[in-house]
Amino acid sequence: MRYMLLIYGNEAAMMAAPAQALTEMKSAYFAYNEALKKGSAWIGGDQLQPTQATTSVRIVDGKTNVLDGPYADTKEQLAGFYMIEAKDADAAIAWAARCPGASTGAIEVRPIWEQQPSP
Amino acid sequence: MENGLEIARAAAEAAARQSYGKLVAWLAARTRDVAGAEDALADAFAAALERWPQTGVPEKPEAWLLAVARRRRVDAVRRRLTGEASRDHLRLIAEEMEARMTDDDLPDERLRLMFACAHPAIEASVRAPLILQTILGFDAATIASAFLVSPATMGQRLVRAKARIRDTGIPFRVPERTELGERLDAVLEAIYATFAEGWSDPAGTETRRRNLATEGIWLGRLMASLMPHEPEALGLLALMLFAEARRAARRSAEGDFVPLKEQDCRLWDRALIDEAEALLSCAATKAVIGRYQLEAAVQSAHAARRLTGRTDWPAIRELYDALLSIAGSPVVAINRAVAIAEADGAAAGLAALYVLGDDKRLDNYQPYWAARAGLLARLGTTTQAAEAYDRAIGLERDPAVRRFLQGKRKDLDES
Repeated sequence: MRYMLLIYGNEAAMMAAPAQALTEMKSAYFAYNEALKKGSAWIGGDQLQPTQATTSVRIVDGKTNVLDGPYADTKEQLAGFYMIEAKDADAAIAWAARCPGASTGAIEVRPIWEQQPSP
Repeated sequence: MENGLEIARAAAEAAARQSYGKLVAWLAARTRDVAGAEDALADAFAAALERWPQTGVPEKPEAWLLAVARRRRVDAVRRRLTGEASRDHLRLIAEEMEARMTDDDLPDERLRLMFACAHPAIEASVRAPLILQTILGFDAATIASAFLVSPATMGQRLVRAKARIRDTGIPFRVPERTELGERLDAVLEAIYATFAEGWSDPAGTETRRRNLATEGIWLGRLMASLMPHEPEALGLLALMLFAEARRAARRSAEGDFVPLKEQDCRLWDRALIDEAEALLSCAATKAVIGRYQLEAAVQSAHAARRLTGRTDWPAIRELYDALLSIAGSPVVAINRAVAIAEADGAAAGLAALYVLGDDKRLDNYQPYWAARAGLLARLGTTTQAAEAYDRAIGLERDPAVRRFLQGKRKDLDES
């Protein structure tokens, strides 16, 4: 099954973190990416630009509404994502627990809604 | 002051879990309906967890729980809230149990309940969670976090396992001598799984997992007291106590991971080590060797460093040889390879490790990659060592261990 791992973390805290912690985090993510790839779990994944680079778009009554900022204003922000292949929810949760972001924020594990082949 | 309160709270909680487990075991052993028994006692147990830390543990804790459970029955029947099964249990409580309680203590049926929970007809992965829930009264969400599954999934598994105990008629009895060995293994394995989950979190930072090692030891003590003549039950308790004794030394003051070899043995808990040694020698008098006694003997050899200042690696290697022959697993094989490396050099250790290389189960197993990286580094094969370290770092979920491995990886670049 495919799963989306959505990485949430406190952006402000991350910006304020000392340089060495950021270097450590970066190399931990590098190793995590490699482990995903070698463990045949990797489908894709990336880090996102901070929320200040975000724009939200919606159409209300036929009018396009473009706003600065993320869809929801939360204490922890979406910072990155992975799409992984895992045999079941337990395997996906095990990968989420290894994600460096799990130690500083939270990882949301969401199964992909797979299209059923048409009969 | 804060600490005193914390100790009182822990003591009250332990007493509540002890009494609750005894009552669930007593009821379920009569009806085979674990869920019904839990349901009948749920409110009383919740009340005890809330009140006992403030009021102190009542003189007759089981009688207290029963009285509250009974009051609930009156309410529930009036409001028709309770299910059929729970009603039957409440009737048992009212009629039989309270009569007994006035004369003498409730018989301890927890051993029988543990054998039911670890029955071969129950899926192996749910046995430890089931014991934690029925004997210690942990809720599904707490257990789920400890075993890294979602609370909903864990809840379903527990419900299904309890239905299975009832529907397939799993007996609540201690197996006969002839079949005891294998069945006891299943119980001990479940207890060890509990301890091992708690053990991976030595800093105690995640509150939900914090007590799991303690609970494993708690169950181990219970098992050793209920079956004092079973050497493996004693061996398991010794093994857990040896490991627990090193807890304070496993992290530096800064929270960094300290490997066993570099631990300051003055930080080890001497009383726990002494207790473990006594258990192990008592087990040895029974002259039946087993997996847990051997693993405890390995720990004993490590603990001897506090007296001799050195580690007898050839002896440890021999213990792992014996373990491999009676209870071979990739985990044992990795530890054996590490012991070989210490006794006969890194090249010999690496050769022992490479034999395992084809085992697919090791692809995502952190200790394999960490061991491999360490040995490759010692042999000066830096590129391969770096690759193995990256793999180990990517598979580690404990931030302190991850930092430790990252440090080792960095040392490679600088050498």
